[in-house]
Amino acid sequence: MSVLPLTKNGHEVMLEARGMSKRFGEHTVLRDISLSIQRSEVVCLIGPSGSGKSTLLRSLAFLEAYDDGEVFVEGELLGYDRAQGGRRVISRPARLREVRRNMGMVFQQFNLWPHMSVAENVMEALIRGRRLSRAKARKLALETLEKVGLVDKADAWPNRLSGGQQQRVAIARSLAMSPAIMLFDEPTSALDPELVGEVLQVMKHLAEEGMTMVVVTHEMGFAAQVADRVVFLDGGQIVEQGAPAKLFREPSSPRLAQFLKNYLERNSLFDDRPAANGTCL
Amino acid sequence: MDFSVLTEHAGEIGSGFLMTLWTWIGGVALALAAGLVIAVIQLSAGPWIRGALRCYIEVIRATPFLVQLFLLYYGGPSFGLSLSPMAAGLIGLGLYGSVYFAEIFRTGFTSIPQGQIEAAQMLGLTSRQIVCRVQIPQMLVLILPALVNFTTILGKETPVLSIITVPELTFVLTGVGAETFAYVETLLALCVGYFILAELCSRLGQWLERRASLYLTQGVRTPRTLKPQETAA
Ligand SMILES: Nc1ncnc2c1ncn2[C@@H]1O[C@H](COP(=O)(O)OP(=O)(O)O)[C@@H](O)[C@H]1O
Ligand SMILES: [Mg+2]
Repeated sequence: MSVLPLTKNGHEVMLEARGMSKRFGEHTVLRDISLSIQRSEVVCLIGPSGSGKSTLLRSLAFLEAYDDGEVFVEGELLGYDRAQGGRRVISRPARLREVRRNMGMVFQQFNLWPHMSVAENVMEALIRGRRLSRAKARKLALETLEKVGLVDKADAWPNRLSGGQQQRVAIARSLAMSPAIMLFDEPTSALDPELVGEVLQVMKHLAEEGMTMVVVTHEMGFAAQVADRVVFLDGGQIVEQGAPAKLFREPSSPRLAQFLKNYLERNSLFDDRPAANGTCL
Repeated sequence: MDFSVLTEHAGEIGSGFLMTLWTWIGGVALALAAGLVIAVIQLSAGPWIRGALRCYIEVIRATPFLVQLFLLYYGGPSFGLSLSPMAAGLIGLGLYGSVYFAEIFRTGFTSIPQGQIEAAQMLGLTSRQIVCRVQIPQMLVLILPALVNFTTILGKETPVLSIITVPELTFVLTGVGAETFAYVETLLALCVGYFILAELCSRLGQWLERRASLYLTQGVRTPRTLKPQETAA
């Protein structure tokens, strides 16, 4: 994936941001983001809280309307139409749906619909959007639930499931629409630690099957194992990016070095180094 | 007291009662539909339309129903709008009720987590599908008590229609009272009539609320889907 040449035309580039910025009022949250994601590439976005990871991911799906720059999904401009005189206007809803038809998104809070059973959650968009019959939608839903290991929960209600199971249902719901690109915003951050593994396992399988994925995560182990590329974001800018082995072993920016050091300190069971200020309890 | 006047005019009173019931149901239906439309537009429209709707809501809320009805019925013709008493009554109730229902619907819409809506958008559902399939089914349970409550209130506004000569219960009974001088008897009968209507409404509301909460707590409903073995076949 990262060995492939970066082709800017054709269909190698699945998702691309060019000089993209986003402001909330006066507050610039993303500055001049350029990022290009190729078919079957797995990109992990890391960075401190508030650095703009969610905003970046949401802008890539046009859940936030970015201000400057462009986002292209398989070569098509996302969210805006070029109007007369070079100005651009926000796309009509039908156009927006069309451009992001091959894009799936998984959220930190799962966002299942609690008034529908697990299977109905997966079937809904198949019936309404893809116009499948109930029977066909049901069949496809069960097949997809099988993939995430939850076919036996098809008729359960979402709020009777564990967080890990709910997130797997959310992944199945997205997957059933056969997306070409999947975006994940901290998919395991709302989970109890013992449930994180089952969700990461499903995502790992997806990566192995060649899904193009952009994953905002704090799971550095996952990033190290699965990502083709890790992108470090700080203060709304891409500070550094590269293969995980290189980035984690020899970060070139002090900010990333600090970020990784903080992470290791938080996550080590036994601190074998003396505390920096020399005090002990 | 002599309640025989009531039995003597039973036919008129009965049709007045039915007329009240009908204007009530018609008014509530119009108000619900208009209220839902207003709430949906408020959610999605630009600032100009939202501002205009806000004005409309404030004006209706700040003025008495009686004045609105007068304006519609007697003032209408000066704007080229000549309505029968019945039509003016129904439209009046619909307009008046719409803003209150709109506020209730708006609260309902905002109670559904934004994330559920974003998930639906990312799956390619249209805004209409999101409203009908994701938002309304969930919020109905929450707002049903408020809807039933305002439906009862709107029912108690229907006597105002008597002033523009809609032959509903109040119009009929006050007429009978004036004719026979049996004021107290007819007024008591009025109280009983509206009590029956309010009681019907609250019973219906309770039944609906029970059904709806069972629907959400998933006691009565098994998912309306085929059983796995049916699809396997
Ligand atoms: N809807 C919003 N309105 C205003 N500010 C926002 C909004 N969403 C995010 N922000 C701000 O943007 C910055 C980046 O947020 P976010 O993208 O959520 O960061 P991260 O996901 O990396 O923690 C934060 O300072 C946050 O306060
Ligand atoms: Mg975030």
